[in-house]
Amino acid sequence: MSVTSDEGIIIYRDVHKWYGDFHVLRGITFTMQKGEVIVICGPSGSGKSTCIRTINRLEEHQRGQIIVDGVELTNDLRNIETIRREVGIVFQQFNLFPHLSVLQNVALAPFWVLKMKKSKADEVAMQLLERVGIPEQAEKYPGQLSGGQQQRVAIARALAMSPKIMLFDEPTSALDPEMIKEVLDVMKNLARSGMTMIVVTHEMGFAREVADRIIFFDYGQLVEENTPEEFFHNPQHERTKLFLSQILDY
Amino acid sequence: MRDNRQIVHIIKEQLRPPSERIPVIRWLKQNLFNSWFNAILTIVSTVLIVIAVFGLLRWALGARWEVIPTNLKLLLVGTYPAEHLWRVWATVYLVSFLLGFSSGSHGGLMRRVSTVVASVSVLLAILPFPWGTRGWLLGIAVVAAVGFGLGHLSKGIRRCKRLEIAAWLLSFPISLVLLNGMEGILPVIKGRTTWGFMLNLIGAVVGIGLSFPIGVLLALGRRSELPAIRWVCTAYIEIIRGVPLISLLFMASIMLQLLLPANVRPDLLIRAMMTITAFSAAYMAENVRGGLQAIPRGQYEAASAVGLNKALATILIILPQALRLVIPAIVGQFIALFMDTTLFGFIAILELLNITRSIMGNIEWRGTIFELYVFIGIAFWILCYSMSYVSRRIEKTLGVGER
Repeated sequence: MSVTSDEGIIIYRDVHKWYGDFHVLRGITFTMQKGEVIVICGPSGSGKSTCIRTINRLEEHQRGQIIVDGVELTNDLRNIETIRREVGIVFQQFNLFPHLSVLQNVALAPFWVLKMKKSKADEVAMQLLERVGIPEQAEKYPGQLSGGQQQRVAIARALAMSPKIMLFDEPTSALDPEMIKEVLDVMKNLARSGMTMIVVTHEMGFAREVADRIIFFDYGQLVEENTPEEFFHNPQHERTKLFLSQILDY
Repeated sequence: MRDNRQIVHIIKEQLRPPSERIPVIRWLKQNLFNSWFNAILTIVSTVLIVIAVFGLLRWALGARWEVIPTNLKLLLVGTYPAEHLWRVWATVYLVSFLLGFSSGSHGGLMRRVSTVVASVSVLLAILPFPWGTRGWLLGIAVVAAVGFGLGHLSKGIRRCKRLEIAAWLLSFPISLVLLNGMEGILPVIKGRTTWGFMLNLIGAVVGIGLSFPIGVLLALGRRSELPAIRWVCTAYIEIIRGVPLISLLFMASIMLQLLLPANVRPDLLIRAMMTITAFSAAYMAENVRGGLQAIPRGQYEAASAVGLNKALATILIILPQALRLVIPAIVGQFIALFMDTTLFGFIAILELLNITRSIMGNIEWRGTIFELYVFIGIAFWILCYSMSYVSRRIEKTLGVGER
């Protein structure tokens, strides 16, 4: 099931999803190019997290088409596994493996999934920990780190599979204010290095500085899609204006 | 700026918590004599305790303890033939050697356990056993020490570590062959249903060793996405848990006798062990399932998001966390299984409890019922307490990095 990927690295065509009777995603359509950074924002419950979680099939969509790097997401397990290798995700709650050391958290997937030698996997993990700025914590366990450090380990863990696309599901929402910056800095560097990223966040400063495009969600629909410049200074929809006025007043 | 620094300085100085030591008299007054009713309770219970302790002491000093040493061989290994007794010792030596080796190469928990084993054997050797037995007992400590030395030397050599694990796994079948014998290697010992306390130990080791993996598989099966597997596992667990162990044992001993012809029927002891394994596995499965359910969804998501398939995610991420959560329940099940081996006595297997009954039936030892039961109690307590001690140490060791 291969589709030409010239059109974009991620293609959404009229994607719908229901939780029971609740219609979470109501016909999402958008296309993303390689190297792009998209920030998705919107009120809570608007379906933005669900939307990015359908990209690596942590949630299933029930109608429409999702094509990631030329592979369409269906129930075919092989496709799902292929896509999960190419898409890294960082969760709001970190979801590190608490029984493994920081280094083991990062080296796990290269060793077991990419079948690297243990010494090679450890080396890769160490390089990534240096990249996110915490090589000195390698031997500690996740429970001994601060929230910001844990989230940086989670980023390193996702990068360890050398993904083509990185998804961030509210990566700073569970952090103390003092730690948000260290995580956003890592993400900013990642974006500068040319990584294709979709970020669900309420950090409007980050969106303004790093995003190529901002997508605004409400009621499971894609309400507005624009460059940061236009989005902040010239929003098209009433709903977007209301949202912006509420979060930017503080 | 200077003021600020001063404040920081003051805060950094730690204050000691107020002392909470109370003089004895005040403690008594506060806790035991704080009302006239409590005062009466205190006095009455003190009197009762004193009477009980004196009664116990008088009995213990006048008891016929000689029943234990005289029948010690009978109690511990039953009718195991004396000329083959070296095989029991060899098994004990094998295990102590491995314990010593592991304690040499790892330290920590293993070191404590082997130290206790070695020092207990030395202590026992001081007791007035026949000289031959004393020699064997001292041998345990020597073998453990040799193992320790070798283990210490092997530290850090990767191949030795693998060898060690293989040796531990192999020690299981080797011990059984040593004790039971095997056609062509060692003469098979007749009448293996009359081995006293050794049967309780073998039953427990076999039961624990087999029911744990089976229980884990059943627990995973009960949570499987495939309905057929789920139903089979659920039915098995619920049926076994609905029937008392003793009736399962009777079924295994009597009904199989009627249903299966003698040449395909495993012997009584093996049937008993299979039954207790099958029984314990059902409970084990529910303990493990409890642990599996406590693992947050995020762990499954993170595991599959980094590309692990279901099997790898279960083995590497889910099970280690789930099992750690339920160590206390699992060890509780191990202890219960060990105690349940005494039910073997009801299907004509002469394990410790049953063999004790036959000693009490001997006219020479009439009236030694308390002495013998105290011995049984102590024997079981020592082993059960060791298990729970080891489990607590393991919990502590694994607790590193706990969220």
